[in-house]
Amino acid sequence: MATLSSPLRVCRGILRELRAIQGPSYKKSLAYNYVLDQFRKNKVTGERYCRAQQEAHHDSHTYLCLLASTRNHLALHNLYHGKGERSPEEVAGLVGLRLPTQPGGKGWEK
Amino acid sequence: MLKSLVRLQSQLGNALSLSKVCPRGQQSRFTLKYSTAAAAERKKFYQDVSISQGDGGVYEINLDRRKLKTPGGKLFTVPNEALAIAVATEWDAQRDTLKFYSMHLTTLCNTALDNPTERNEDQMINAALKFLETDTVCYRVDEPYALVELQKNEWDPVLHWIENRYNVTIGSSSSILGPEIPEATKDTFRQHLKSFNFWSLTGLEYVITQLKSVVLSMGMIDRHLSVEQAVLLSRLEEEYQIRRWGNVEWAHDYDMYELRARTAAGALFVHLSSESSTVKRKLLQD
Repeated sequence: MATLSSPLRVCRGILRELRAIQGPSYKKSLAYNYVLDQFRKNKVTGERYCRAQQEAHHDSHTYLCLLASTRNHLALHNLYHGKGERSPEEVAGLVGLRLPTQPGGKGWEK
Repeated sequence: MLKSLVRLQSQLGNALSLSKVCPRGQQSRFTLKYSTAAAAERKKFYQDVSISQGDGGVYEINLDRRKLKTPGGKLFTVPNEALAIAVATEWDAQRDTLKFYSMHLTTLCNTALDNPTERNEDQMINAALKFLETDTVCYRVDEPYALVELQKNEWDPVLHWIENRYNVTIGSSSSILGPEIPEATKDTFRQHLKSFNFWSLTGLEYVITQLKSVVLSMGMIDRHLSVEQAVLLSRLEEEYQIRRWGNVEWAHDYDMYELRARTAAGALFVHLSSESSTVKRKLLQD
């Protein structure tokens, strides 16, 4: 069995991700109520060995991973790949170069 | 000289007036053509996302008052509430534009509903098992020594686990031909996969093509591995190179998060659309 963080932490993690997605009104969303409902229902069988509970735990962990990874991936995408093509100046800047200035313009030696 | 300047100016003037005449839509379409990121996005056209139960107990997604449809034009329906809510959350998460490349569960549902490759379950099982012959964890390197050790320490436990779990032999090899997988092993897996329904098979095949490994995929679907562990094991050599040469955020982390998101979506899709999860929910409601 894979070692997973505790259900409470996973639950909090999912709710935090939902809040990041939906903003302050996240408590009214479908997912918020459903997730809380599922975690509460699973608490009942807490003490006994329960396969269904472990399955639910693994699934919730997977869902948390999905939400967090999608968020991180989009953040990196917007940072590095989301702006389309770069201008020549930016491309030169990436490798630490500067484009030559225009003849007669600023920095031009007579 | 002066003449050509005048001509240039008149051309420029023309271009300017042309842009005034041109409607806005056409201009933006023009820019769309040159930006792949923007081409995959569409403006968000709805405010509220809700789910409703349709005929036969299936769930539908509603965007404002309209029902969501698949790219193939079918009504978008999913077999249970959990999946419907997860899909609705994806649509709810979109801000100004729709980023379809971040909506993995929606994509998987569309694939299962439309079945664009028009394959049946046997063909999907064969396609999935084809990956067993070139399974990531079966191919080992001879050098460098540190990587050989790493592969042995990390991959062998999973390989042994799956061999015990299904009572099969898979083995590993450092030859370019890979290990010889006995026909009995494939038959065992084929029998096992026949218990999956069409939706779960769609998800499973997706996971296998992401991780490039049947062993790791089955380990994760059987809940022996978490998504993070499966992705780490799938990228083991890359992780080794990162540790040695350094991490590049815009390539390595970007790839890793994308792979994790896709793998997690596939695993969740398998679990939510398979029979056992339906039983699970009934038990929980007692």
